[in-house]
Parts: sequence; structure tokens; C-alpha cells
Amino acid sequence: VTVEPESSDVSVEQKQDPSIGVDEWVARTTQRREYAPGRRGEAQRLFERVGWWPKLAVAAAFGAIVPFLLTNNFQLQVGINALLLATLALGLNISVGWAGLLDLGYIAFYGFGAYGFALLSSNQLNPPAGIHFAAYVSLPIIAVAAACLGLIVGLPSRRLIGDYLAILTLFFGEAFVEFTNNVAPSKLGGPNGIVSIDPIRGFGHQLISNKSYFWFLLALLVLTAAALHLLDTSRTGRAWRAVREDPLAAGMMTIPVNRVKLMAFSFGAVVAALAGTVFAAQQVNVFPTDFDTPFLILIYAALILGGAGSIGGAILGGLLLSVMLDGFLRSPTEAGYLFYGVILLTLIVKLRPWRKLVAVLAATALFGFAVHAIVEAISKSAVAGQTSSGWISSALHNWVVVPSNPTTAGNIGFVVLLCLVIALIQVKGRTRTILLVPTLYLAACVWEGVLVAQPSITRQLLIGAILIVMMNARPQGLLGSKRVEVV
Amino acid sequence: MHFFIQELVNGLTQGSLYALIALGYSMVYGVLKLLNFAHGDLYMVGAFVGYFVIQWFGGSTALSIPVPLLLLFMFIAAGGGVGMLGVAIERFAYRPLRDAPRIAPLITALGVSFLLENTMLLLFGASYRDYNTSAFISFNIGIHIGPLNIDLVQLMVIGLSVLLMIGLTLFVARTKLGRQMRAVSADREAAEMLGIDVDYTIAVTFFIGSALAGIAGVMDGLAYNNIYTLMGFIAGLKAFTAAVVGGIGSIPGAMLGGLLIGIAESMVTGYISSTYTNLIVFGILIAMMLVRPTGLLGKVPLQKV
Repeated sequence: VTVEPESSDVSVEQKQDPSIGVDEWVARTTQRREYAPGRRGEAQRLFERVGWWPKLAVAAAFGAIVPFLLTNNFQLQVGINALLLATLALGLNISVGWAGLLDLGYIAFYGFGAYGFALLSSNQLNPPAGIHFAAYVSLPIIAVAAACLGLIVGLPSRRLIGDYLAILTLFFGEAFVEFTNNVAPSKLGGPNGIVSIDPIRGFGHQLISNKSYFWFLLALLVLTAAALHLLDTSRTGRAWRAVREDPLAAGMMTIPVNRVKLMAFSFGAVVAALAGTVFAAQQVNVFPTDFDTPFLILIYAALILGGAGSIGGAILGGLLLSVMLDGFLRSPTEAGYLFYGVILLTLIVKLRPWRKLVAVLAATALFGFAVHAIVEAISKSAVAGQTSSGWISSALHNWVVVPSNPTTAGNIGFVVLLCLVIALIQVKGRTRTILLVPTLYLAACVWEGVLVAQPSITRQLLIGAILIVMMNARPQGLLGSKRVEVV
Repeated sequence: MHFFIQELVNGLTQGSLYALIALGYSMVYGVLKLLNFAHGDLYMVGAFVGYFVIQWFGGSTALSIPVPLLLLFMFIAAGGGVGMLGVAIERFAYRPLRDAPRIAPLITALGVSFLLENTMLLLFGASYRDYNTSAFISFNIGIHIGPLNIDLVQLMVIGLSVLLMIGLTLFVARTKLGRQMRAVSADREAAEMLGIDVDYTIAVTFFIGSALAGIAGVMDGLAYNNIYTLMGFIAGLKAFTAAVVGGIGSIPGAMLGGLLIGIAESMVTGYISSTYTNLIVFGILIAMMLVRPTGLLGKVPLQKV
């Protein structure tokens, strides 16, 4: 459908840039997007014509064959963690992405589910026999209880908005950890947690192998995604988005703002609690530290990375982040793939034209050899350090400078690297391209010297960096809608 | 009675530290409407700067300069260094997001906090470091009446905090920069139209707030000796509570809130049990926010449509 110029004085307007007449501009871009030329456009149109459930089914089928492709138990565990994180991000998306309520106590719902399942399926309560409910009894109990808890925690959202709500929920999350740590150690186990929890069982079967947990979690994720899609496109979903955009206006349009907010909290709590039950059953034991703030920040990072406000984004973010951090960072070689891969990918995307890219890469390589030669001439021990194992590191061994005692030099290098990155953001044009060369080289040196040896800290640093970079560069995430506003 | 006074002084010591950190939270919230989650970590960085100043001058047992001079250097280094760090964080992480939706700077602040914590962890490890204050400021100087023990460090912490708070109040109330700060916090756009350099004012606010946190970090090291890389989070959270209880955005509120939280905490520890201290402090916060969301001295904001 083309937008026809209508009145007589349009001839004047047409000479101007289309962005002046915003409506017209919007119409044209939408049109351009809808009818992209060539094969790409055809594929896009075909993809858009397919309904949501065939897509979900195909994705689920792909997911279901993943356990057959994985070779060892560690990889399977990474898969399970990834599915858990994706489910959690999906639940967080309800309150943060759709309803625009910044819920920093979300992790407590996850902990509540895990602890609830642990209490209902172990010897902890009512010893020595304990309580051992089947999953079809305990899961509904936990879901309903979590929904009620979500309601209670959500109650302040009737009065508090924005930052105040964020603080209050943050304290709720902290209070949960304090509570499980200190109150009633005979019941909740204190810092020792609850151990030897039953597997998920019912109808004469029980889930024991990691593979079965993988499939169970996959089913949970797919069902949640389907339910949330239906919810999102329903009256409630539209009400959430209206409340997110402007609660005052939404209230004027007769949307029951408070009830809608409470619903968002409740739904999120149920999803988190169900994920928690599977976590408890699969891990066999739960500890208060499993539900501490760093994990909450990880869930946020997943949601932000994928894109708040989008179901696909939340799932993608969870899977991507978890596989990246758990799967790759454990072994130095694979961590190397991740590190150099991400750097290369960023350079390829950001550096145009390709001549510039080649020039920068060549300059980095030459710069590295030059620095290595100079440092070696000054002091032999300054380049004698052991780079980590793996072919990337051995290939780079004569290029990066790693002193025999890498700690001090690495620390200084890390601080200098941070300063260089900041400087890189500030400068523009040719200076930036030139500055990129030492930055890249120093990054490689610091990576080989310090970061590879400290995977757990590197992991946390990466999470922090993802949050900052995403928020500054692409706040809508990989798949998110353009705008997510917390009121 | 001695016990009560002892707990009160302990509470005041702890409370003045919370108040100093809370001031930074409150000032930043005032000008940017941003909860700076990284603020607690600035306090931790301050404690580390102080520690390294002691090491620089020969370590706590073999100081090469007189103690008052050492203290002066510690406060200047921590205040100045952490202040600059705060300005840098504002410049690079928050300024690009000044007109973005509210969630963006908030989550960036979480990221900055995480990054700071783990950078320090990478650089200095997870082990505790000891200021060993008693080696250069004798515990015996101070007020010791029967079971009541108030040592010089506690008196110094309380005294210096009071001085800093008075100074800050005067600064905000009387100077030109203070007036600009108030203007920016009241309405940033209008302030800009009246010719106030908003960027500069915000940078100054960050500098002062962060410097106060850094000084509080040094005082924490002096008073409680042990410092570690993750100490910022929980202290930041308490200071947060203080800022909220007092009314976020209000400077006297932050001081009042800090002292109240400190005293409440030490009374709970003294009379009930240290196990429940944090739970009770969080409980106070939650109750406070439900009853009076704007805090003790905060103003109810007008909602503009």
C-alpha cells in the first residue's frame, strides 16, 4: 500500500526530507520492512506467516535432541543450567519487561520454590520419617504458595513505584537469604542448607538421570513460553504494557492498575518457584548462597542481553549467557574461543570497510611482535611466563608478553586496559582506530596472563561488562522491543 | 546504664559511617534521580586506598611519619582518589544514559557495582586485610570508666563525621556551587536554561558523594580493622536503608537515617541477638517504606502528567 500525496500543497512538502512528516516516514519504513526485496524478503514473509506454535514446536524439537549430541555429563549440566536460566529470565520478563516493575527480589521466589520443594521432599521436617510428597502434590502446592507470596510482595507496588519498589524488593531478596541462613536452623538447615532431597517423582516413575531433567526442564520452558505468549497477546498482556507505558493513563482507561501489577508479580513468582523446584530436585541439596544477589544479577544480565519485553529474547539471553559463562569459561581453550571469537565478531561488525579491519588486525599483530621483541631484549624473564594450555595460547606464545610472575604485571595491565577501553569510547575517528591496536594487544596479554587463570572472577567481570555495554549500546537487547520504560 | 551508653556510642560510630555513605546516595539521587548501586563499592575502594597508604608509609607497626600526618594522608588519598573514581564512573557509565529510560542507568549501576567488586577481587584477592589500628593509635587513650570503653578512634570517627556533615550542609546551603546543586536537583532543564553548567555540577556532586564514601571506608578500616573486597555490598545496602528512612534526596534526612540505623543495629545486637540484626534492619526499612514511603524528612513529589 503506497501512501499517496493528497492535497495541493503537498508538492511543497514532498521536497523536504521524509522524516519531517513523521507519519509518512513511519508508513514508508514499515512498508519497506514488510516488503524487503529478493529472497531475504520472501523468507522473512514466509517466517512471519508461520504461526507462533509451529516455531515453538520446531525449537522444542531441536532442544529435545540436544542431549543425544552432548558427550559428557558436564555438558549436560551446562544444558540444564542454561534451561534453568532461560526459564528464570522468562519469569522475570513478566514483571520487568511487560509490567515495567523493577523487581530486585525475584531471586527469593526461586529460592522459595527450591526450599519449598526441599522441605516437602526430604527428611528435614517431621524427622525421622520426613515428608515425601509426590511431585504432582508438591508442585501445585508450591506454585499456589509462590503465587500468594508474589501477591504479598507485590502489595507494596500499589503504593510504591520505580526506585522505591526496587529497593523494597531488593530487601525482600536479602531478607530471604538472611532468613534461610539464621532462622530455625533445625528446620531450614541454616548455612548448611537442606541435603538429600528426593528426585521429582510421581505415577510410579522418578527422574534420576540428568537427561530426564533436561527434558523435564525443556518441557517446563516450552509450556511456560506458550502460556506466556497466550498471556502476552491477551487482555492481561495488553493491560501490562499499558501500565508499563503510563500507569496514570492506563488507570484513566479503566485498567485496574493495582490488580494488573499484582498479577505480574504473582505470575513471575510461580515461574521462578517452578524453576526452583527442578533446581532443588536436580541438585539434591539447596543452600542459602544459591539464592544470593550475584545470581539475581545474572538473571538480569540474561534478560537484558536477550531483550526485555520479548519471550524469544528472554530465552535466547538465558541460553546464550549460561552456555557462554558455564560452558566455555571452564576450560582455557574454550574460553579462548569465546574471548577471541567475541572480539573478532565485534571488530567485523563494527569496523567498516573491510580494509580498515585488515589494517587494524595486521597492525595489532605487528605491534605485538615488536613489543614482544623489545621486552625480550630488556629482560628475558618478562616474557618467560607460561601461557595457558590449548592451541590458541601456544600459537600466541611468542606474541603476547606474559611475565614469569604474571600477577603484578597482569594487575597493572588490567587497570591500564580499563583506562584504555574508557579512552577508546571517548576518542573519535582516526585516533580511535590507532588506539584500538594497543588496546587489542593489551587485552590479549591480560587475558593470557591473568584472566584465563581466574575463570570465576572473569565470569563475574563479564556479567558486569555485559550489563554496562548492553545498556549503553543497545538497551533493547538482542531481540527486544525498542523501548522498555520503568515508571 | 554503662552498657546502654556503650551500645549507644557503638551505634553512633557505625551510624556515622552509614550516614556518610547515605549522604552520597542521597546527593546523587537528588541530582540524577538515580540509585547508584556502585556507591557501596566506592566505600570499599576507599578502605583499600587507606590500607595501602599505611603500607606505603612502612606498615602499621613501623610507621615512618607521625600518626596525625598519616591520618591526614589517608583521608586525602581516599577522599580524592575515590572522588575521582566516582566522577569517572559518572562520566563514562551514567552520562551517556542521562536521558534514557530510568531502567537503563539503574541496571548500568548494578553492572558497575559488579565490575568494581570483581576488579578489586582480581587485583587484591578475597582475603581479609588488617588495618591493625591499635599498633599506632593506642586503645588506652580515650574514655574508660568502669566497663565503659570508648576509644579514641570511635571519638574521632564520630567527631570527623559530624564535622563533614556540618561542612556539607554549609556547602549546600551557602556556596554558589551548593545553590547550583539544589537548582539542578529541583529541575535540571530549568537550571540549564538559567546558565548553570549542569554537567559540571553533577560531576562535583559525584565527587563529593564518592569522597565521603571513601573517607567512610578509611574510618571503617580504622574502627573495625578488617577490610575485604565484598564489604561494600552489605554496607551499601544499610546506607541505602538509611537514605530511604531519612527520605531519599534529603541531606539532613540521610544523616538522621544513618544514625538511626546504626543505633538500632547496635541496640538489637546488644539486647537481642546479633543473628537477627540484618533481618530487623531490613524489617525496619520495609515497615518504614510501607508507612511513609518518602522517609522521615522527604517531600512527597508532585506527579506531573
